Amino acid sequence: MAESMQKTRPAHEGTAHRSGEHHHHHNHAATSRHVGDHHLLQVEDLCVSFMRYDDAGGRFFAAGRRQAPVLDRLSLAVHAGEVVAVVGASGAGKSMLADCLLGLFDPHATVAGRIWFDGTEQTAESLAALRGRSIALVPQSVAALDPLMRVGRQVQGAASFQERTTRKARQEALFERYGLGPETAQLYPHELSGGMARRVLLCCALMGSPQLVIADEPTVGLDLELAVSALSDLRAFADEGGGVMLITHDIELALRVADRVAVFRDGTVVEETAVASFASPELLQTPYARALWHALPEHGFEAREAASC
Amino acid sequence: MLEARDVTFGYPGKEPVLHGFSLAVEPGERVAVAAPSGGGKTTLCRLLAGYEQPQAGQVLADGALLPRRGPCPAQMIGQHPELMLDPRMTMGASLAEAVGGKAAPGTAADAALDELRCRFGIRQEWLSRYPRELSGGELQRFCIVRALAAKPRYLVADEATTMLDALTQAQLWHEMLAEAEQRDLGIVLTTHSPALAARIATRVVELP
Repeated sequence: MAESMQKTRPAHEGTAHRSGEHHHHHNHAATSRHVGDHHLLQVEDLCVSFMRYDDAGGRFFAAGRRQAPVLDRLSLAVHAGEVVAVVGASGAGKSMLADCLLGLFDPHATVAGRIWFDGTEQTAESLAALRGRSIALVPQSVAALDPLMRVGRQVQGAASFQERTTRKARQEALFERYGLGPETAQLYPHELSGGMARRVLLCCALMGSPQLVIADEPTVGLDLELAVSALSDLRAFADEGGGVMLITHDIELALRVADRVAVFRDGTVVEETAVASFASPELLQTPYARALWHALPEHGFEAREAASC
Repeated sequence: MLEARDVTFGYPGKEPVLHGFSLAVEPGERVAVAAPSGGGKTTLCRLLAGYEQPQAGQVLADGALLPRRGPCPAQMIGQHPELMLDPRMTMGASLAEAVGGKAAPGTAADAALDELRCRFGIRQEWLSRYPRELSGGELQRFCIVRALAAKPRYLVADEATTMLDALTQAQLWHEMLAEAEQRDLGIVLTTHSPALAARIATRVVELP
């Protein structure tokens, strides 16, 4: 274990790339940089499958088991200082990817592939150790908040007596920065509106001063103005040198803030490209990415693929 | 006509969210409700679908107060599908509940439910799963089918497709609009996306 943690990624072959040049399964945006000659986060050939009981007949105790794949040879990179939007259909495994990067593996999952963070190859244990510190999550569901705890205390988290004042000060500073009044700290989660709850979740993630923020659907249920402001908060975090993986289905919003877009389908990234490629469907390489473009309410609202059952 | 008449509603110890608010939705009409976050959109939806009782004023469906028992003529599709389903029921049981218990296999009710299920892209294999084993978008399909299976006269869609990707959003709205057209349903919807509201709504109402 210790040995593999020491193993560092060989220097990125040639750190300068022409704009639009294809390497490591992706091409760059103008802001993409390789700080320290490596990607902030690099995922290669990640496969996750679940052991499930076969429900195709058989007696209860004799039911066979099979591997049900969720992620299939997924590769993705996040550079320091950029926002990568991961967009795709629901159920494609976007949230599963977030769980993997946080070292949250279900006991019945089989995981293969390699993940580097800040130049160091990671194991399940080392990813779990980074969780909440260098890698932080903004969760998808407002149900992630404890319904019985005032949100101020929740954002401060468990702290030793010495730390308590500094964490309280940081919580107050974060609340102020994200437009939450001081009285918000005294509220319970059910008293928050959808938009306020999102900002509380973001404050939770930023308490540990992370290098990489994984935001899982941070704009669901926000009105346009608040969604744009929530995303510009993520943008500001990236501009200060952090990396953001923005998991979303809302392409139109994602295109406003992201530098690059990874299009996700059936457990893998089918296209990882700069935002500029979304200006017109001809610049997109895969049929799925083009279908997504045509389905936007602004571009025709076409449902080209029939629902299947 | 689904009608809110001079409705006032507030949560305990707070200023009323809605004050003497009125809204009328005809069958076949699609009304988008616009307001900033925290402006009372969800509260209005919950009132219209009978989840809350107004403190003053009335909510009427086709001239009668919403019934206290039985399926409500205005069915709501909420913005957090993971909170709308019983975590201890399989998805198949949750669906069957919407048509009043288990539909006997082979009956017309069962066939109608199956047809609805297929149109909204719910796969057979999902029926044996529990809510935590499905994604938010997959759960929302169940919520929509549950709402439609209860034979409503009105649909209240509170940010019903915000958790979906653009392609699925387009698919589900196409199906919902076709169903609404066929059954002459009235729709109240809230959305943060002006583009989506422009696509779907026949009328936009601003909350005061």
